[in-house]
Amino acid sequence: MAGETLLELKNLKTQFFTDDGVVRAVDGVSFEMKRGETLCVVGESGCGKSVTARSILQIVDYPGRVVEGQILFHRQRQEEGKSEVNEIIDLAALDPRSRAIRDVRGKDISMIFQEPMTSLSPIHTIGDQIIEAIRLHLPVSKEEAEARAVELLRRVGIPRPGDRLNAYTFQLSGGMRQRAMIAMSLSCNPSLLIADEPTTALDVTTQAQILDLMRELKDEFGMSIMLITHDLGVVAEMADDVVVMYLGTVAEKGDVDSIFHDPKHPYTQALLRSIPKLGLRAQGIRLDSIRGMVPDPYNRPGGCPYHTRCDDFMPGLCDKITPPPIEMGEERLVRCLLYGDQKAMADQTQQTVKVR
Amino acid sequence: MLQFILRRVFYMIPTLFVISLVSFAIIQLPPGDYLTSLVASMAATGETVDRAALAALEQRYGLGQPVYVQYWKWISGILLHGDFGQSFEWNQPVSTLLWGRLALTFMISLFTLFFTWIVAFPIGIFSAVRQYSWGDYVATIIGYVGLAIPNFLIALILMYVAFKFFNQSVGGLFSPEYQDAAWDWAKLWDLFKHLWIPVVIIGTAGTAGLIRIMRANLLDELHKPYVVTARAKGLSEERLLLKYPVRVALNPFVSTVGWTLPALVSGEAIVSIVLSLPTTGPLLLRALMSQDMYLAGSFIMLLSTLTVIGTLLSDVLLAWLDPRIRLTQ
Repeated sequence: MAGETLLELKNLKTQFFTDDGVVRAVDGVSFEMKRGETLCVVGESGCGKSVTARSILQIVDYPGRVVEGQILFHRQRQEEGKSEVNEIIDLAALDPRSRAIRDVRGKDISMIFQEPMTSLSPIHTIGDQIIEAIRLHLPVSKEEAEARAVELLRRVGIPRPGDRLNAYTFQLSGGMRQRAMIAMSLSCNPSLLIADEPTTALDVTTQAQILDLMRELKDEFGMSIMLITHDLGVVAEMADDVVVMYLGTVAEKGDVDSIFHDPKHPYTQALLRSIPKLGLRAQGIRLDSIRGMVPDPYNRPGGCPYHTRCDDFMPGLCDKITPPPIEMGEERLVRCLLYGDQKAMADQTQQTVKVR
Repeated sequence: MLQFILRRVFYMIPTLFVISLVSFAIIQLPPGDYLTSLVASMAATGETVDRAALAALEQRYGLGQPVYVQYWKWISGILLHGDFGQSFEWNQPVSTLLWGRLALTFMISLFTLFFTWIVAFPIGIFSAVRQYSWGDYVATIIGYVGLAIPNFLIALILMYVAFKFFNQSVGGLFSPEYQDAAWDWAKLWDLFKHLWIPVVIIGTAGTAGLIRIMRANLLDELHKPYVVTARAKGLSEERLLLKYPVRVALNPFVSTVGWTLPALVSGEAIVSIVLSLPTTGPLLLRALMSQDMYLAGSFIMLLSTLTVIGTLLSDVLLAWLDPRIRLTQ
């Protein structure tokens, strides 16, 4: 089971067509997820990590849409009375309103969001919303669905789950709401759970509990987790693999150990330097931050998108050439001109010049 | 929920008391009392004034006694006997004048309300979901036109159209031959044939306003995170639209529904006059102009009471619809 491919993103491009121009929120993202692993997608606000996640389920808000690339989902289903069905579906090719994609949403791939207060309907009970998710995808009676909802609420650690079925979101604490949200996402045994900053709105203690819960459930339900976050502490605790995103592109990816102990991309290095550490002040060291701001999305820098803020900026090279993905050992990849064959780069420059 | 309703009903009592005081004050406002104006009008028309009848009336309304005695006689008459006093212009009890017209007014109001909802809701939802589509623009234009044209003008145009092209008798709620006929199916059908004109006219402004409200409310809700959650669950667009954002968008609308009650009773005086409808609006106008104070005062009290009841109804409706109001207080 583990080690098999679950999801492949190939050159995914999602763009927002606004009156002021086209925002290339996701600009050629490729990565792969294995069955049973936890992948963390990290980056600053506006780097396209949430849009990448939403593109997978085709729930990008208007005026955004997936314009290019493939999202290959390896679906394994055990239908009742039938043998296991394996198939590969290109989610990017499906119509966002089609039955086919709706069948994947909430059943094979489910999603939880940042703000559990606003992400659940304020005027429906949590039981109503969970039972709805169950009955939408599974052929069960109302009573069976209710029993399953109670079971799920108990499993995510909500006390008196039978009573809480009739609770509204405003009657629950932030942590309890996120647990209810997780219970809902698990209702159809998904093979992939996408968690879009699930702990950002919670206090630190609750944060730790929710992360522990997710780790437990991952093993118990045999699912994979894609965790979108900007919190490197969360990454260190949860991730098997890490994808670092910058301005809609993958800057670097690799397993969690090599990302933390041997970061290659200057952006990753800068991110890691900006984590506060205890005792820095006593040593008289100021906390590093990445200089400058994320560039205006309507006015993306040419060449490497990070060159405007990079400490290792190479004039004439970084602002001209878009760095290609460079393999750095197994399952490790970096898009930076500091690495790889300089001559090949120069050739590419010539090619770009020729094309122009 | 029951406790909530009981508390709201309890709150109504002081409000209603103050309303009755104000209405009574209005009745007392014109110089002289009711009898003086009665005697004056009778003298003007050359009728002989019956001393005994005057004394009986003086006794009935407590005239010449302190104000609080007069108030008590007046309000106890209303509460205990349904006696609103005498309209001296019509020389009839106010209550007979009121009830006959109220029934028809309520019927027109109800039909108008349904008409407004049936037309406005689908259009409002469509306008929001397909924002800036040609359909939205058409609805918006119709909305503005409906809001901008005064109702009486639409009334005149529709009357002209109905008369000229459909050869229909216009004005009033019945054709002449049914005016005094007993109620039967033919008369009912005749009523419906006349009813659509006032319903459409009175409904246009309301419909236009409601379309705008629905559109604005729904646009606020459509991009809320809970809608994304519902979509990520795999719900179809239609189902999630009706179950989540439309449900939430109803709230501001429901909280104002109570105000339509008094507006429908009083607000359409001009249209009713143009269409010569036997409703309450023209009656109130005339009562005020001719200083028929028992009639006017009763009207004002009735309208205020309807406002209070309407507010209660929308509060209860809102509490029933929205658990955040029902459960957090």
